[in-house]
Formats: sequence, structure tokens, C-alpha cells
Amino acid sequence: MWEYTDKVRDHFMNPRNVGEIENADGVGEVGSLACGDALKLFIKLDDNDRIGEAKFQTFGCASAIASSSALTEIITGMTLDEAAKVTNQDIADYLGGLPKEKMHCSVMGREALEAAIANYRGLPLPMAEGEVVCECFGVTDLEIKRAIEENKLQTVEEITNFTKAGGGCGKCLDRLEDILRESRREPRQIIPDKRPGRMTTIQKIKRIEEVLEREVRPALRKDGGDIELIDVDGDYVIVSLRGACVSCKKSQTTLKEYVEKKLREQVLDTLIVEEGK
Amino acid sequence: MNTVYMDNNATTRVAPEVVEVMLPYYSDLYGNPSSMHTFGGQVGRAVEEARGRIAALLGAQPDELIFTSCGTESDSTAILSALQSFPGKRHIVTTRVEHPAVKNLCESLDKLTGHKHRITQLPVNSDGTLDLKLYEESLSDETAIVSAMWANNETGVIFPIKEMAEIAKSRGILFHTDAVQAVGKIPINLSQVPIDFLSLSGHKLHAPKGIGVLYVRKGTPFVPFIIGGHQEHGRRGGTENVAAIVGLGKACEMAARQMQDENTRVKALRDKLEDGLLASIPHSLLNGHKTLRLPNTTNISFEYVEGEAILLHLDRFGICASSGSACTSGSLEPSHVMRAMGVPFTAAHGSIRLSLSVYNTEAEVDFVLEKLPPVIAQLREMSPFWQSEHKGKVGGSQCKCSCS
Repeated sequence: MWEYTDKVRDHFMNPRNVGEIENADGVGEVGSLACGDALKLFIKLDDNDRIGEAKFQTFGCASAIASSSALTEIITGMTLDEAAKVTNQDIADYLGGLPKEKMHCSVMGREALEAAIANYRGLPLPMAEGEVVCECFGVTDLEIKRAIEENKLQTVEEITNFTKAGGGCGKCLDRLEDILRESRREPRQIIPDKRPGRMTTIQKIKRIEEVLEREVRPALRKDGGDIELIDVDGDYVIVSLRGACVSCKKSQTTLKEYVEKKLREQVLDTLIVEEGK
Repeated sequence: MNTVYMDNNATTRVAPEVVEVMLPYYSDLYGNPSSMHTFGGQVGRAVEEARGRIAALLGAQPDELIFTSCGTESDSTAILSALQSFPGKRHIVTTRVEHPAVKNLCESLDKLTGHKHRITQLPVNSDGTLDLKLYEESLSDETAIVSAMWANNETGVIFPIKEMAEIAKSRGILFHTDAVQAVGKIPINLSQVPIDFLSLSGHKLHAPKGIGVLYVRKGTPFVPFIIGGHQEHGRRGGTENVAAIVGLGKACEMAARQMQDENTRVKALRDKLEDGLLASIPHSLLNGHKTLRLPNTTNISFEYVEGEAILLHLDRFGICASSGSACTSGSLEPSHVMRAMGVPFTAAHGSIRLSLSVYNTEAEVDFVLEKLPPVIAQLREMSPFWQSEHKGKVGGSQCKCSCS
């Protein structure tokens, strides 16, 4: 038997804001019947560009229903920018905590919210851009890395608890171990470099080029695009997008959400990526 | 709040009569059955009387029974014994729907024995039954042992153990059956069924937890699993769990007496419950063969809803059931039994098992029939899949579309 808090039980037994919103401004759908849980979130903005109404439909266990219900209460009244900052931990905290095996329910809530916001803004889902690591549950490396980073996950089992990745056939467990190891080693490398004055401009350029070469370019090339480093001026990294990226509407998102994030993670967390003309 | 206990395949209430015969062995009669003195000797006699009662229920001879701590220990002992008796044979035949006590053991044998073993896990049909032809074809000269459950814990489906054991015997292959769910619910006569090993567990038939039995046919090679003193003629070391053994003896005696009741009254209650739920809840389907089944078990899937949510709503009314959904198992996938039967995902996550016992009443069945349908309707109202496919069709009415 799961140890649910009274708040989880309350939101499960008496879920708030169940249903659909006709003419919703944003709709986010995540999960599937096969996965065993799914959430469809509807948001409608009021005259002040705040979320005036949020409703949900959920297929899933008690904590999935409670997380969905809590999510709608949390985001009502928020601007989209505020809502975009809501994390899975916020949802879990709102409910007084979730059993660790059930944390993926809070992650599902957060991803539905992101999807609804992206749907409203007409943007692609950043997390869906990654490479699918767990085929059973369709979890990408970006989702896994974010879960590790935000929730300070230490083991593969925790990754499964939070994202479901690895909870099916188990084929991706080795890959999860690799991702975990990568994410553990990187902070250790970064720590000394983060101290001011420890990295010369040449070193910085070298490291930026390494990351671009190793991770960013292969990812962009998959979609027919490419990137080139033009200049590094203090914290400003000037790049030029090539190929399919030039005409791609998503290129600014890619630049900020992906390239800048990668460089901040792996080189220096103050870097700002801009496109040079 | 009254508890309506319909989870008897998980565990059962210890019969009050069983508790009563056990109590003296926790107080005055604390002697060691192996002792030479009269004080211990009388306890030893009680153990042998219990052994006789258990043997009678199974159609076995008393000295063919070894007391263990649980069904799982019995399973491990039987399979590991067979492998040690025939170290040259590295093949095991089992099924995809075994209890983890057999399934997980078979899957980790190489770690235990240091040898690679070939494991054939026989598939089942969509109604949970086995294909005997496939079974026969899977056997080879390399096969050390067949291990197949007598009745499935999730669906109650009964395997043709007599035929399977006869086929194995004709090929000179040892045969083990996990009969934990079958003993006490359906007649078993081991003088007519040529199996070598049978596992049973006390707490599934109104005896306490912590007592199991392994039946080993006279003449079957045996290598002990737990090695220690001379108890059980050196076949299982460790001082006997006397009170539990005495309790199991009583429970088996009662089971023999109540078998008729189980197969008529309990079965009728189960059928009323099952037919009622299937009729009042659209898009519900029975998992498992309609007749080749234990009299007490029903397993029904309610499409587009998730099992744990159903269980927690039932829990509010004091109704105890279980589910094959991912969320209840602690894993992320629905039960291996549902998957082996090919139950579609729309239904596998929403499977509920209700398992009855002689203690259930018709009033309890009526109570579940009253409480469960609105729970399903309420959860479906909330489900995005139900909404998109069946808008407005929730409630007690049958689905009008051609799909049913």
C-alpha cells in the first residue's frame, strides 16, 4: 500500500477542476494508455494574460490524479512566464510529498503544463527534441538529464521513479547509467573552472568548441542544420546558424533552450549565446 | 466500517478454529518435537497428526510431505533439487504466467548455480489456458524439470496438470507444480496425478503465514535446500514451526470438509458478482477462461481506467481487492500475467481481481455490486481516453455501439 499524504488523498477523492475547456488557449497532452497514465491539461487566459482557468482530464493512479488536480490549483492566477517556472517538485510539495516511486506523476504534470504553454505560444516542446532513450515510455535524454539535474538524482532507480525511463523492458538501463555518470562527472570538471580567473579566453573558446563539436553539431545536423562559432567576447558567445537552421522558426529557441543551456552546463554558467549576422 | 474482504488469493483470514488449536503450542506445549522426553514427544505427535491431515487432503502419504516456511521456499527447494539431481540437464520448462516465486527463480538460476540454463517459458492463450501441444514440443532430453502452476493467482485459470505430469513422466522428466492457489479450493488427489513435487502455502487456506509444505513423491530424487539438523528426515533443517503446522493440519481438515461449499456456494457468489459487474459496467471484460477456473476468483478489466485508482475508491468503502495494474505492483508495467494473455493496454491497467472465500456472504457481493459501478463511471468521466471515445456514454447503460 502506498503511503499517501492526506492532501494527496483529498485531491484524489475530490479532484479540483476536472473537465475540458472549450476554446482553451492552450492544451497539453502527455502520456498514453499504454504507459498507464496520461494527462490532458487545458488553460485559458484572462484579460490580464493570467491563467484564469485550468482544467484537466487524467487517466492514471491516485497520485497522477492528485498531481493533476494540484497543478491546476497552483497555476491558476499565474502569468505564463510564472507558470513556466513551476517544477515537478513544486507539485509534489503542494501535495505534502509523493512516494518516491510516484514522483513521475508530478513530472507528468509539469510536462503537460509545458506542453500547454508551448501549444499556446506555438512553440515546439523543448524536451521532445532530445533523443529517445527509453522506448517503452518514450522518454528523451533531455527529460532524463533535466530530472537528474533538478531533483539531484543519484541512482538509475531514482531516474525510473521520476521519469519512468528504464521501468519497462530494461534495455536502456545501461544508457541511463551512462547519462548519470556523465551528469556526475561534468559538475566535477566544472567546479574548478567556475572560479573567476581560472579559465583563459583561449581555454574558454577551446571548451566551447569541444561542446559544440561533440554534442551540439551532431544534434543539429540530424535536422539538416549546423552551427559555427564566430567569436567569444567575455560571456558573449557569438555563433552563426547554418543550413536548415537559417530558415527555421525554432532557431531562436534552439539557440537559447539548447545551445546556451549546453554551454552553460558544460563550460561556464554565465555564458550568453547570441546569433551574429 | 465493515471490511469486505475479497482478496483471498493474496492471503486469507486464519480460521478461528485454526487459531484455537494453535494456541496451546504457544503456551503450555512449548516442547521441541525432536526431544526424547515425553514433554517434547507429545508435541512431535501433534506434528505427525497434522502431517496426516494435510496428506489426506492431497491424497498423499504423510512421509511425502516436508514442512517449509512458505510456498516460495517450497518452489525454490523443488526446482533447485531437480537441477542438482540432474546436473547434466540444463533446460527448464515453465510458463509465462508463473508466480514470481518460480518465474524470478528460473530467470536468475545462472547466478545461483553458476551454469547457463535454457528456460522455456510457455506462452498462454488469450484466455490464460496452455497449449498442450506446444508444451509437449518444448520437452527435450535436456529438460531437468517442468514447473507449472496448478491454478493462476491472478485469473484463477487452472492448468491441465494431470495431463502435463503424465507427459513429463512418460519422458522421464521431473514435474513440479506450484499449487498454492489450488490446494483447498479444488480437489487434488496425488495418487492419481503423477507429479514429483507440489508446493502449498498455509496462509492461502485459512492457516497462518509462515508455514508451507513441499510434497516430494516417494522415489523422486531429492537434495535439500536448507541444510541443518535431522528434522524432516534431514530433508529440511530447522526446528519445526509447531503451532503453524498444527494450524495447517486443522485448516486442511476444514478445507476437505468445505470443498463442496467452496465449489457451490462460493462459486455461485463469485458468478453473481462477476455477471453483475460485467452486465452493469460497459466496456468491462473477463480475464481468464470462463470455466477452467478456480471457483473463488474473478478478474475483470474496466477499460480506460487505472486499477490503483479503483482500489483506493473501493478502500473507502472497506472493500479489499487487488489489481494487475502497473501502479499497484510497484513496477511501471501491468502484470506479467495480463501481458502474457495479450490483454490490451486499454484494459490491462484497469484489471481488478476479486477473490472470495467461504467467509464471504451474499450481502457483501451485493455491496460490491452497488459500490463498484459508480466508481468506474466517476473515473471514466475523468479519463481523457474515455471522453474522446465515448462522450456521454458513461453510466449503467450498456454500450450501444457494435464493439461489444
